[in-house]
Amino acid sequence: MTQPDVLDTVQLLTPEGTRVADHRYDPRVAHLDPAALRELYADMVLTRRFDTEATALQRQGELGLFTPSLGQEGAQVGSAHALAPQDYVFPAYREHGVLHVRGLDLTDVLKQFRGVDHGGWDPAEHRVHLFTLVVGAHPLHAVGYAMGVQRDGDVATGDPNRDTAVIAYFGDGATSQGDVSEALTFAAVNQAPVVFFVQNNQWAISVPTSGQTRVPLVQRGVGFGIPSVQVDGNDPLACYAVTAEALDRARNGGGPTFIEAVTYRMGAHTTSDDPLRYRDAAEVAAWRAKDPIDRLRRYLADAGELPQQFLDDLDARAEELAVHVRDTVHAMTPPPAESMFDHVYATPHSLVDAERAWFRDYESALEDGSVR
Amino acid sequence: MTTMADRTDATTTVPTEKLTLARALTLGMRTALRHDPSVLLMGEDIGRLGGVFRVTDGLQAEFGPDRVVDTPLAESGIVGTAIGLAMRGYRPVCEIQFDGFVFPAFDQITTMLAKLHARSLGRITVPVVIRIPYGGGIGAVEHHSESPEVLFAHTAGLRVVSPATPADAYTMIQEAIASPDPVIFLEPKGRYWDKAEVALTPYGTPGAGLDKARVVRPGADLTVVAYGPTVHTALRAAEVAAEEGTSLEVIDLRTISPLDHDTVVESVRGTGRCVVVHEAAVSHGVGAEVAARVTEECFFELEAPVLRVGGYHTPYPPSRLEHHYLPSVDRLLDAVDRAMAV
Ligand SMILES: Cc1ncc(C[n+]2csc(CCOP(=O)(O)OP(=O)(O)O)c2C)c(N)n1
Repeated sequence: MTQPDVLDTVQLLTPEGTRVADHRYDPRVAHLDPAALRELYADMVLTRRFDTEATALQRQGELGLFTPSLGQEGAQVGSAHALAPQDYVFPAYREHGVLHVRGLDLTDVLKQFRGVDHGGWDPAEHRVHLFTLVVGAHPLHAVGYAMGVQRDGDVATGDPNRDTAVIAYFGDGATSQGDVSEALTFAAVNQAPVVFFVQNNQWAISVPTSGQTRVPLVQRGVGFGIPSVQVDGNDPLACYAVTAEALDRARNGGGPTFIEAVTYRMGAHTTSDDPLRYRDAAEVAAWRAKDPIDRLRRYLADAGELPQQFLDDLDARAEELAVHVRDTVHAMTPPPAESMFDHVYATPHSLVDAERAWFRDYESALEDGSVR
Repeated sequence: MTTMADRTDATTTVPTEKLTLARALTLGMRTALRHDPSVLLMGEDIGRLGGVFRVTDGLQAEFGPDRVVDTPLAESGIVGTAIGLAMRGYRPVCEIQFDGFVFPAFDQITTMLAKLHARSLGRITVPVVIRIPYGGGIGAVEHHSESPEVLFAHTAGLRVVSPATPADAYTMIQEAIASPDPVIFLEPKGRYWDKAEVALTPYGTPGAGLDKARVVRPGADLTVVAYGPTVHTALRAAEVAAEEGTSLEVIDLRTISPLDHDTVVESVRGTGRCVVVHEAAVSHGVGAEVAARVTEECFFELEAPVLRVGGYHTPYPPSRLEHHYLPSVDRLLDAVDRAMAV
């Protein structure tokens, strides 16, 4: 068995935007030129703009609910940039930054929050599974998918376009679920090509991480015999580096990795939540000073790599995204009522068929006024 | 084992207060916590936050974090440890945050909690209450609007109850806590904000019991059997029907396991017609159980087949379609019309 290794928290960029040397992880980011770093930066800015817009739409009554990713853009965008096209992603329910990097139209996320469907996108298109709202249920799916990848022989072939890794995103709260421990067990005993990416955003609704664990979460992975690493989750560069290493390990047949990204949920749990009831403003302010977007901007600006033209273009892209989000949401209408009978089964089911027929008759009788 | 009746205090005047159903639950639990040191509450976000519906608001401040426990995020853990606490003499009241999140605990509830009393030949009692906000109509996302009652009612060893009014919420939660049996306590979340006058009886005052249905509106022509969120629907339908000259008798089942067939049968013997309404899917549901018993026991009095109104055999739909799925006043009256036309 590989010796589980726990290193100090990996950080490549300080909150002030200063690059710190790290001989283990520097090679992982050496190829990222200023243009690539600017894309990383842009993706975080766009994710945040999406977040702001969706939150506003919820406030205006256009969405029933929204789960902001505010503050977690570094962990999400940084890790997602390390993914290969053939890799498969299992998100929880606030990984908007990951979805954006994978190329999804983020308005697809809002269909569920507007209440027009339960899914919103074709998982195969960008190799991103649907959101899972039952906390902790999906890491097992990621492991099973990875076991399938193993059986298909899509690991350790040496072909970078073929070797495939799977990544599961979940939160600190989710680590308490039995299903998550089972996922770690199955991944470890099968040496499945999967990466567990835990965003420890310090809160599971009103319960602080100390309500879920007595030890740093990174040690959970160690206990299962899984190489584990803690990373500064507000450092997009470090998140990229540790995820790249973990994905490579998976693709090369080295089995699973457990990553704890230490970050912070800057906003409410959801738009229905009132964090003022359980945490104080000083804590939020302390984390604001470690903002992932600010730190990459400082780094690029200090290096003279943030030309005004780029910033202006980015502003325009963000504005365009905001308009797109607003327009798309406003135009989202509920599907026909009868669609609730669609896809309940993949093959005909007499009860569903009978109820659909009854429903159709009832609704048309409603329309022609022959029933109330 | 002490029962509620053993602990009845001599009362003089009982204060009443206008309360929401949610607040009535809070005060019911507060009363139990004050009078029985073995009672404790456990669940996700129930302490500092007071629960996502604020049903435990203020209770951790009054009783401390050992009696109002913010648990780790693990429903199987909540129910499993509640079983152990109960074996040690405590009366845990578990909050499951939403109906759709009880399933990680389903194993503990159905294989362990429900059976320990029988398996131990009655030596072990497990007085655990599992509170579950259930039902739809609140515009929520997936897993937040479901009605899983039959999954529990089908399991011997569990009592399954659901209050429909603030007054019942206040007394039934206390009766559930005092019960030596495990109780699945289903709270109609869509009615949490309904307000009514509640008599704040002292702890131990005998209530209507956890195994009795109630006729909440007498009528002559047809019996509507409802529970939880649909009691309100049935009462509104009865008003409309009355204006049209049809007199509906409305029964609030209050308890799903056991089902108080006597009250239902007595009513249907009088009216000769019966419609059952619930949010849960009609197929294999409570309505089927009621219909079967009514058919057995009122065969010669029945003027029409027993009809059922409820959800479809589909996943609970996205919120913008839920009004098509939920039994509305109109859909209930349509069934009433069909039964009356026979
Ligand atoms: C099985 C289950 N139990 C409870 C909930 C209600 N709930 C939704 S999110 C959440 C907290 C999750 O915290 P964490 O895993 O840390 O992720 P975060 O929301 O902070 O991203 C809870 C309790 C749920 N969705 N699923």
